[in-house]
Amino acid sequence: MTLAPPVVELRDVSRAFVAGDISVPALTDASMSVERGEYVAVIGPSGSGKSTMLNVIGLLDRPTAGSYFLEGIDTSTLSEGQRAGLRSRRIGFVFQSFHLLAHRSVIENVLLSTIYNGMPRADRLSAAETALVRVGLGHRMDFVPTKLSGGERQRVAIARALVTRPAILLADEPTGNLDTGTGGAVLGLFDELRAEGLTLVVVTHDTEVSDHADRAIHLRDGRIEVEL
Amino acid sequence: MSTPIVTDGSEAVAPARMAARDLVAEAIAGIFARPGRTFLTVLGTVLGIGALVATLGVAKTAGNQIVGRFDELAATSVVVTNERGFFGGGGDVRIQIPSDAESRLLRLNGVNGAGAMGPVDVGSALVRSVPIPDPLAQTEFQMSVYGVSPGLLSATRGVLATGRWFDAGHSERADRVAILGTGAAQRLNVTRVDQQPVVFIGEDAFVVIGILDSVRRQPELLNAVILPEGTARDVYGYTSASTVQIDVEIGAASLIAEQAAIALSPNEPSLLRVQKPPEPGDIRRDVEGDVNALFLVLGGVSLLVGAIGIANVTLVSVLERVGEIGLRRALGAARRHVAGQFLMESTAMGLVGGIIGASMGVLLVVAISAARTWTPVLDPWVPLAAPLVGALTGLVAGLYPAIRASALEPVEALRAG
Repeated sequence: MTLAPPVVELRDVSRAFVAGDISVPALTDASMSVERGEYVAVIGPSGSGKSTMLNVIGLLDRPTAGSYFLEGIDTSTLSEGQRAGLRSRRIGFVFQSFHLLAHRSVIENVLLSTIYNGMPRADRLSAAETALVRVGLGHRMDFVPTKLSGGERQRVAIARALVTRPAILLADEPTGNLDTGTGGAVLGLFDELRAEGLTLVVVTHDTEVSDHADRAIHLRDGRIEVEL
Repeated sequence: MSTPIVTDGSEAVAPARMAARDLVAEAIAGIFARPGRTFLTVLGTVLGIGALVATLGVAKTAGNQIVGRFDELAATSVVVTNERGFFGGGGDVRIQIPSDAESRLLRLNGVNGAGAMGPVDVGSALVRSVPIPDPLAQTEFQMSVYGVSPGLLSATRGVLATGRWFDAGHSERADRVAILGTGAAQRLNVTRVDQQPVVFIGEDAFVVIGILDSVRRQPELLNAVILPEGTARDVYGYTSASTVQIDVEIGAASLIAEQAAIALSPNEPSLLRVQKPPEPGDIRRDVEGDVNALFLVLGGVSLLVGAIGIANVTLVSVLERVGEIGLRRALGAARRHVAGQFLMESTAMGLVGGIIGASMGVLLVVAISAARTWTPVLDPWVPLAAPLVGALTGLVAGLYPAIRASALEPVEALRAG
């Protein structure tokens, strides 16, 4: 019997951006891991490397040094196509600005996740409906996003992330564009999902958000400062 | 205890896949997301394809129509001359056209009428209608004089204004009679023939027995003094006709053209020049060629403008949808999926433009034909190929924007959108 590897494991990961002759480090020697079912907050002031870390974890960006294992898979050896495949099956994203397609209905926005990950066509609609019911928007399926409130839009985005049953949900300032009330509702939803066993990594500078998490990783100037 | 997770299995790290059907569905959804803009984008292609289809259709229709008109008169005329032409060499060895040309030709099946004619050399003699010169007006004229055979009137489809045409008897007896063309009659001031007016060619007098009002062929006769062949031979030593006009049945022109030279000169038919009406197919091709060349260029230019329009709008749309591109990449779309979607969208726009353009082009051809009471004619491949040309236009136009879209880095795209 082997122990399941952590969902996310960073080993001495660095990411530097090169502009001309100057190399600007955004993340330096970051080592951390997220176990299955954990709810981890990444906090720090702006420019501290939070988003860079999330992009690396989300396979949107490659580290310049160190290695990153996603569910035990060494991602540094993968091709772009394989990384895209992993994103489509194992990772769900929630963004600060929602990123919903304005001209498509709520259900179509959720279905968008399913076309890139090989889900059988017959299963897609019921999966999308289940996800929307799960986030409490079963009555809004045929609305267009522009008719929804900010909190409802973010819940559509969460449904879109959940529909493919990912191993991990990555959220980048999920409450950043919401007022306190609706933001609180989104955080309540995260708590429920965590209770159901979902692994969550949430980037935020809002301490209220990090209070919901099991633990918080503090970043400053690209380095992990304290791990609480 | 959780189950071990396979870390080296190919399934776990399979690259992203996207069904072709989903790609098409996404492209169509992208087009109909903003129908107003799509319509304006497609307009250039609609105009280009429409112009091309209408051009090809109208050219074909008009070509057929013009041939229909030509058929009536020109297709029934065959002319044989004994001119040697540019390459004949030895200009003086013209062969003679036999004096019984008319009867030789009438024996051919398909000949309705035939008549020979040729200029008569009258030296420097002038033509006048009064014996005494009037010092106050010009009464003497230089005029062409033709010796002709009796059948020429029907062969040229001539109509007499007054009087009569001469017959074989006049020619055999070499009667001193003449017919005036209407232009010649006017200048000589001869308007009626009931009092047997006389014209003088030099000192030779001829009784005018008729005035020729019009001919459908050989219009030079209308300004000439026309003498019977026998008369011309007797008075001026006229030897041979230079031209034989033949009126043939519709459809017989090519055959008669071949036979006439042999009938007139069995030994050396190649020394005669035969002018026959052009084949209908040649005319059709000529007309189509003329009309097509100009308008196809115009159609091509509008199609080019349409392609630039699609390229432009697709590029703008790529820049506007940077956020969407980033999102799709985050959801697992590979670069080729993003490129494929934009390429598919521009191709579909071109296809739609091609279909609408082809329909409008066909309608235009029908409308023009209806207005002119023509029969619309269109090659079937034109409306079938037009949408494909439109789709190809869209495909080419979408290449650059699609490459731009797929080159975007997902992190940058998400931040920008």
